[in-house]
Amino acid sequence: MNQLWLTAKLDIAETLRARWFHIYTLVFGGVVALLFVFGLTESRVLGFIGLSRLLVTYIQLTMAILPIFVLITTVRSVAGDREAGVFEYLLSLPVSLAAWFWGKIVGRYIVIFAPVFLAMVAAVVIAVFMGVEVPWDMFGYYTALLAAMSACFLGLGMLISALTRSTDMAQGAAFLLWLTLLLFLDLILLGLMIQGKVAPEVAVGIALANPLQVFRTAALALFDPQLIVLGPSAYLILDTFGVMGYKIFALVYPCVLGLLSAAAGYQVFRRGDLP
Amino acid sequence: MIRFQNVSKTFKRARVLDGIDLDIGLGERIALIGSNGAGKTTLIRCLLGEYVHDGEVRIEGRDPRRNRTEVLGRIGFVPQLPPPLKMPVGRLIDFSAALCGTDPAHINAIAGCLGLDVAPIADRQFVRLSGGMKQKILIAIALGREAKVLVMDEPAANLDPEARKIFFELLADRQDQATMLISSHRLDEVSALVNRVVELDMGKVVLDDQVADDVSLSSVLACRVTVKRAEPALTKALTHWTFRDLGGGIEWEGEIPGPDRLRFVGMLSRYVALVDHVSLTER
Repeated sequence: MNQLWLTAKLDIAETLRARWFHIYTLVFGGVVALLFVFGLTESRVLGFIGLSRLLVTYIQLTMAILPIFVLITTVRSVAGDREAGVFEYLLSLPVSLAAWFWGKIVGRYIVIFAPVFLAMVAAVVIAVFMGVEVPWDMFGYYTALLAAMSACFLGLGMLISALTRSTDMAQGAAFLLWLTLLLFLDLILLGLMIQGKVAPEVAVGIALANPLQVFRTAALALFDPQLIVLGPSAYLILDTFGVMGYKIFALVYPCVLGLLSAAAGYQVFRRGDLP
Repeated sequence: MIRFQNVSKTFKRARVLDGIDLDIGLGERIALIGSNGAGKTTLIRCLLGEYVHDGEVRIEGRDPRRNRTEVLGRIGFVPQLPPPLKMPVGRLIDFSAALCGTDPAHINAIAGCLGLDVAPIADRQFVRLSGGMKQKILIAIALGREAKVLVMDEPAANLDPEARKIFFELLADRQDQATMLISSHRLDEVSALVNRVVELDMGKVVLDDQVADDVSLSSVLACRVTVKRAEPALTKALTHWTFRDLGGGIEWEGEIPGPDRLRFVGMLSRYVALVDHVSLTER
């Protein structure tokens, strides 16, 4: 446990110095600041006003930025360290492979989740200061959703890092994964699949296996509980899960996917050549 | 102490190690030599449990891959190329010391012996240090714990003569309690440090020989050099070896660490036409 925590601490300290982390923090802090500056709390969409409106916009933006940011920075740093010869030296020190791999994941999870979460906390603090009502239920669920999203893409990033031997290859694979997930967000594509005699259940199943779509639908469900904007897919989703069931699924499934990916990455890392 | 039994390693279709069998006992100081691509680094990585391979590697009966923490806790390693670590020097020392269960002050003290004061550079990124400073830090981390096996890849290549002398003394202090595996592609760099030479070529052991162990790691030679005329290149070389000019660049006096005598004579041989007189006396 001590080795795991030492590795996590080292990764946190290294990340806090990294330029990508400063940009990452600035992006999320900047998003919240801009949303306040542009008076989003004063606007109204679908009956949402105040901080709820800001949080809805924030989570939509986060869903667009966070996955690719987490994927690229994770694979760059892990595969980059291996390529540069850092692993040869640091893994000659008496640290177990489990402590090293999971310690890196713990450290990285803390640094990728903290800026996103702190930006939300900052929004709440400013809202309280401005006398705007805070929707605590929504804040809590969005926080959990972001935590699940971070875990999911971190796990996928670590799996890619373990499978690839060079930074270029790792970045390419991460980008390809992100593009594939984006492709299956496309409702038109899913519509075409249904036209092409693919069962609607299969098409919706594919969409629900896509963590990006899961987050998107869960975020939509908060201000559109009947998922009217999704059209007929909503019937299948709500019939299968129910509103509460889907909210729980949207938290559990990405975490499980992230953990399984990380566990698979660990098995590959443990069984292969380290440097 | 260390046993390699039929160890082979293949990368894609290239066989880099081919059935290596070696037994290394406590107190042995091995020079692992061979040209580039002979398999030295691969053998070291197998020893450190970093590569999966065919055959068996055992250190005190343990597999370094399966018993990483126990085995690597007793191995001090100095790589040929310092890793490009962006972390500050102080954090690297603290991290290594915490994993190895040693006191960072002990590592700092060894770095101090090698002529490197850690305090002023503790916040500097390791990667931004000079080659010699990096080497001293890595040596201090390797020697700053109770290592039973020291694995060093060209460890003294970047050290100045004074630091080399102290480095040899530090190794001399350990020679009865530790096994040393020193890798180099030039035997003259390490010949005086070792009592056994293993040469690799194309992944096989082509030479395994005991060598005369007359040179003490801690011996020092008093040296006096007289040259026919002052020559800037020779002056620079002798100054690098911390020699004192006794008059007009003609008469020089200094001390040579015993294990470095071959390197010194090699350097001097480049200026043999200028040399009038040389004396080397063991103290």
